Amino acid sequence: MAAEMRLPTIQKQGSMSIYGKGRKDLVVPGDIITSDTGFMSAMIISCLVRLFSFPHKGHGTYVDEDKLTASVAGEVERVDKLICVKPLKTRFNGEVGDVVVGRITEVQQKRWKVETNSRLDSVLLLSAVNLPGGELRRRSAEDELTMREYLHEGDLISAEVQSVFSDGALSLHTRSLKYGKLGQGVLVQVSPSLIKRQKTHFHNLPCGASIILANNGFVWLYPTPEQQEEEHFIVSFLQYINCLMALAAHKVLLYDTSVLYCFESSLQHQVKDILKPEVMEEIVMLTQQKLLEQKG
Amino acid sequence: MAGLELLSDQGYRIDGRKATELRKIQARMGVFAQADGSAYLEQGNTKVLAVVYGPHEMRGSRSRARHDRAVINCQYSMATFSTAERKRRPHGDRKSTEMSLHLKQTFEAAVMTQLFPRSQIDIYVKILQSDGGNYSVCVNAATLAVIDAGIPMRDYVCACTVGFVDETPLADLCYAEEGGGVSSLGLALLPRSSQIALVQMDARLHQDNLDALMEAAMTACKGVSKVLDEVVRQHLQEASMLARD
Repeated sequence: MAAEMRLPTIQKQGSMSIYGKGRKDLVVPGDIITSDTGFMSAMIISCLVRLFSFPHKGHGTYVDEDKLTASVAGEVERVDKLICVKPLKTRFNGEVGDVVVGRITEVQQKRWKVETNSRLDSVLLLSAVNLPGGELRRRSAEDELTMREYLHEGDLISAEVQSVFSDGALSLHTRSLKYGKLGQGVLVQVSPSLIKRQKTHFHNLPCGASIILANNGFVWLYPTPEQQEEEHFIVSFLQYINCLMALAAHKVLLYDTSVLYCFESSLQHQVKDILKPEVMEEIVMLTQQKLLEQKG
Repeated sequence: MAGLELLSDQGYRIDGRKATELRKIQARMGVFAQADGSAYLEQGNTKVLAVVYGPHEMRGSRSRARHDRAVINCQYSMATFSTAERKRRPHGDRKSTEMSLHLKQTFEAAVMTQLFPRSQIDIYVKILQSDGGNYSVCVNAATLAVIDAGIPMRDYVCACTVGFVDETPLADLCYAEEGGGVSSLGLALLPRSSQIALVQMDARLHQDNLDALMEAAMTACKGVSKVLDEVVRQHLQEASMLARD
């Protein structure tokens, strides 16, 4: 097999001159955002938050000698008198109702531990799953003993965030038919910030593929259930995977339409070519154009 | 001194720098896609790769977890090809364990660990090419990697190694100078508040000279911080521009 090699190229500088003076306020750790004490409310709110043990958010600021200082590199967000700094890249900050895909790391008493790209492993309680054989069933001691038969270490699941603990850990539930253990499919990991929040994160795509765009950046691609296998099923599957990676590399938000448009634009190329930088750029450009047209 | 003149009469050092001059620093952030944060930094001929994972659930022994803050786990290693003589460098030898501990202490002073109870932050640094000031270059690279990972820090941590020759402090020592019998001092500083994260000196120095040496080290660290600041701002601008359109 001929392997393709190329020299390292200098990354393109992009159109820095146009965007040079960004509209957004960018700060780095240690930058003083304001020394106006009126804005201190950011910290006061965070104290209140901690006092009432609401979900704690890393808001990216701290107070140093009466000055509000940034602690992460990112853009400043102001909501009235509350100031936050949003870093470009972080781990998943779960909220109630988010769809997540995760991997079981541990089976404990009455709970599973799930790795969800969050700051702490999430918890899936035995009482928060639908066990086979009826929805309204008491969890018996026997169920506790057979937990490992239902979900084993290393299994992938899809679930929804039920609540957030005070230390930021998530509690999950799979109490719906659409959630539960995942079977055959492919996992693609992207940054959680690239997933667009939508009403539904489960989509059926053409060519017999279905997709779960989980909020934690885990994208699960699987064959659409109860459908005959199409001829070029495997090829189109790989095409989707490469499309997802191309979109993620160019920081395009992932949702059903963007994935679909990217797939359509990539059809003229062979699967193995999609991830070549120049082809990738072309496909992503086409996708963005289609998205703009669709917006009107 | 054994034949090697570290500071010439004209005030130049063996690699042609002035006494207070730093080596050229070049850096890049976000070099790996899969890690939470990563950075590559060259300071003269010393080249380092730093990778950060976390904060994440404690792996390994759960008993090390702290209920009120995150635990920082550092691992320092050198590539086999990093020095003049090729040598296999197993993990966990005395020298690299000590260096890992120093890095850990440095970053515990700067990272706001209290925000992430019961979790763990991994910092891995690897020396690809060693030409003096290994500790300082590792700290500088790891700082960039931590910032890339979006982990809150009080300030940058900037480090620099300084030496004392002929009543003159030399900033940012290279390998030849470190080996030339100079009493050297490593300093990690939070530049904006001038707080010291770590200071290390295992050589003899007259007490009267310590102040001058510390002063020179602080100035050098602040010089490093300016360069790092530029790198971070550049990276931020590029990344936020990509995300915008």
